[in-house]
Amino acid sequence: MSTYQAPLKEFQFLLETVAPLAELSKLEHFADATPDTVRAILEESAKFARDVLDPLNWSGDREGSKRNADDSVTTPKGFKAAYDGYRAMGGAALPMPEEFGGLGLPRSVVTLTDEMLHSSNMGFGLMPMLTQGAIEAILLAGSDTLKATYLEKMVSGRWTGTMNLTEPQAGSDLALVKTRAVPQADGTYRVFGTKIYITYGEHDWAENIVHLVLARLPDAPEGVKGISLLVVPKMLVNADGSLGARNDVKCVSLEHKLGIHASPTAVMQYGDNGGAVGYIVGQENRGLEYMFIMMNLARFGVGLQGVGIAERSYQRAVSFARERVQSRDVAAPKEPSVPIIRHPDVRRMLLRMRSQTEAARALAMATAYAIDLSDAHPDEDTRKANKAFADLMIPIVKGWSTEMAQDVTYNGVQVHGGMGFVEETGAAQYYRDARITTIYEGTTAIQANDLIGRKMAREGGVTAKALIGTMRAFAASMGASHNVNLKSSQAKLIAGIDAVERAVEFNLSNFNSNVRACFAGSVPMVKLFGIVCGAWVLARVALEADRRIGTGHPDKAFYEAKIATLRFYTDTMMPEALAAADTIVNGADGTLALAEASF
Amino acid sequence: MKVLVPVKRVVDYNVKVRVKSDNSGVDIANVKMSMNPFCEIAVEEAVRLKEKGVVTEIIAVSAGITQCQETLRNAMAIGADRAILIETDVDLQPLAVAKLLKAVVDKEQPRLVILGKQAIDDDANQTGQMLAALLGWGQATFASKVEVAGDVATVTREMDGGLETISLKLPAIITTDLRLNEPRYATLPNIMKAKKKELAIVKPADLGVDVAPRLTTLRVDEPPKRQGGVKVADVAALIDKLKNEAKVI
Repeated sequence: MSTYQAPLKEFQFLLETVAPLAELSKLEHFADATPDTVRAILEESAKFARDVLDPLNWSGDREGSKRNADDSVTTPKGFKAAYDGYRAMGGAALPMPEEFGGLGLPRSVVTLTDEMLHSSNMGFGLMPMLTQGAIEAILLAGSDTLKATYLEKMVSGRWTGTMNLTEPQAGSDLALVKTRAVPQADGTYRVFGTKIYITYGEHDWAENIVHLVLARLPDAPEGVKGISLLVVPKMLVNADGSLGARNDVKCVSLEHKLGIHASPTAVMQYGDNGGAVGYIVGQENRGLEYMFIMMNLARFGVGLQGVGIAERSYQRAVSFARERVQSRDVAAPKEPSVPIIRHPDVRRMLLRMRSQTEAARALAMATAYAIDLSDAHPDEDTRKANKAFADLMIPIVKGWSTEMAQDVTYNGVQVHGGMGFVEETGAAQYYRDARITTIYEGTTAIQANDLIGRKMAREGGVTAKALIGTMRAFAASMGASHNVNLKSSQAKLIAGIDAVERAVEFNLSNFNSNVRACFAGSVPMVKLFGIVCGAWVLARVALEADRRIGTGHPDKAFYEAKIATLRFYTDTMMPEALAAADTIVNGADGTLALAEASF
Repeated sequence: MKVLVPVKRVVDYNVKVRVKSDNSGVDIANVKMSMNPFCEIAVEEAVRLKEKGVVTEIIAVSAGITQCQETLRNAMAIGADRAILIETDVDLQPLAVAKLLKAVVDKEQPRLVILGKQAIDDDANQTGQMLAALLGWGQATFASKVEVAGDVATVTREMDGGLETISLKLPAIITTDLRLNEPRYATLPNIMKAKKKELAIVKPADLGVDVAPRLTTLRVDEPPKRQGGVKVADVAALIDKLKNEAKVI
């Protein structure tokens, strides 16, 4: 039996190290986000996740969402009530501007509340995540009328949002979008087409659903420069804000998926009866541009799903490993059988799970902190530098955190042995739920392309090189510690940074002359950056832990665990980073050698 | 009508507590602390009375160390209007708390005091009763239903044998049982607003109360570990064990 307990102490420590909240609340923009208020918010959110969302996770998976004959969708038992509770708590409003009823909290705090949602119930957590994305899109480019009509109701959670990008022929390549938007004399548009994979495209939680839809105008240029973004509400909204007639959009089926069963993944049909009424967001033909700005946050959000599901999988595995008695201690074969947590290989699996989860979380927090500074710092150069860092990190947070979540949830099943393969134990659900995270909001390869192309080669590697410099300076500062574990980790971290430098150089010097070679190693580049940057943030945390132990802090065990976790991570994960660097530099010829016809 | 709700900061109910190695008490360093669940129910009840229009102002009060401010902020996030912390490092016992509360009642003149029936750390179940005695007010303990109309509170109490409904004249003391209500989650906007509500800090000396402990704790031990069971051969062996080993018959 395992109940989700949010790692609040860990959260707190991150808010004192890699994402120092005390610094953020000095900025006028975040003046209300004082450490004591944030602690109370995290504690209350943790309670909700533990008592309401976690208990619904398994039943939601078993039951799934169902489409009814009248095109409506029924979500699993208890989910609507949970959503009402979430709304009443004000959960949906956290990061949103106060102007529209939000709380304006920093991303560094919302990162933690989002993680708790995904840890306790990923199928539920998708809804707030998607609605946040839709709100961002309207905030970013919507007209004042659109903002006034939709934002407050979406921020309060009364209405929810969706993102309609994918079509059967347009997945990663959105240039192929075919959905049509036809301008009308009154300034609105009529939308016709089919959208697939629409998370919470239809459900029974809210009276209205605000769809953000990518579509093509009749005279639009070919390709990515001819795509527009429109708001298409399920229920039309009258001038006074009340709900009017049903719009010409419906859910025509739900997908049968490997995981996240609680959440309905809809096929949406627009315009079967004369056209769905839509309203343009921003300017015509600039939809993809808006979508990409917003996509950064959505990708970051999926990275957090990776962290969240990994944390939950780890907690369940530890709980099982403590209880399950099986086989004798290898060093005490005459003694009775012991809980499996005493077996070295189980320890290895658990630490592998834990250290990667902590590293990915700390990296997400360092990124969130940079996002906050890029939004709210008074100095323009500081804002720019942090924006560049966050932009570089986002494909890594998304790509690496979700890939490591595969490894973590895999081991989460493995720790359980045969019990992990049967659904009743709960470990299998995390393994299945995690699987989508490397796919949606851009597959790992799409993240990798973004990293080596847009975020690295296009700017001549300026930000990547600056990061290498920052990491080197930090690694040098670790030398001041007398702790042998930290010393050992320092050497490994430096080797990792060397490997990053080698790989970045390879990418920059070949991107124009031998671009296929660079793309052959793009996913290993995500892994390399993930592991090494993960070690860097874990080491920052461990160094502060070491300092606190030195001052005689009473919570010694917690801080010692930080150092031990770093040691394990640099000893056993770093070699995988070095191997990834080798693959990048030396693996392209082999990867591209086999003729297409020979597959 | 004003209502006073005393709240206590205790070890969170999810924490598995450990006895200190010198057996002087329970180790509460670095463990998560929260509002006593029965006190949460008391705050919730006061807020519901306010929502019904019976109560106009809710004052939360706590006695103890500086960190009790967090507990009071929590009470204000649920709906208390303002708070008073009686700040002291002294280990407070129920009689001292009751005296402190009496001093606050004398000053604030509430018509109703709603307290948790007991705190989950020491399980004393005394403060409400002592406060009623010190004030000379009526008391309804272990409440599972509360209705207030005019100057009379009608309270259903949970007893060993069932339920008892009594009515009592205000001012009065009510202590809450588990089934009185299910406390709401503090909304996140209200957590932020609570930060801006008034929290006054006074010292026991300001209230003229001597809080020196009257009782001495001699020793604290963990409950004995449960022994594994054994299978007995027959009834005679069972009776023998009950008589000579367990010594229960």
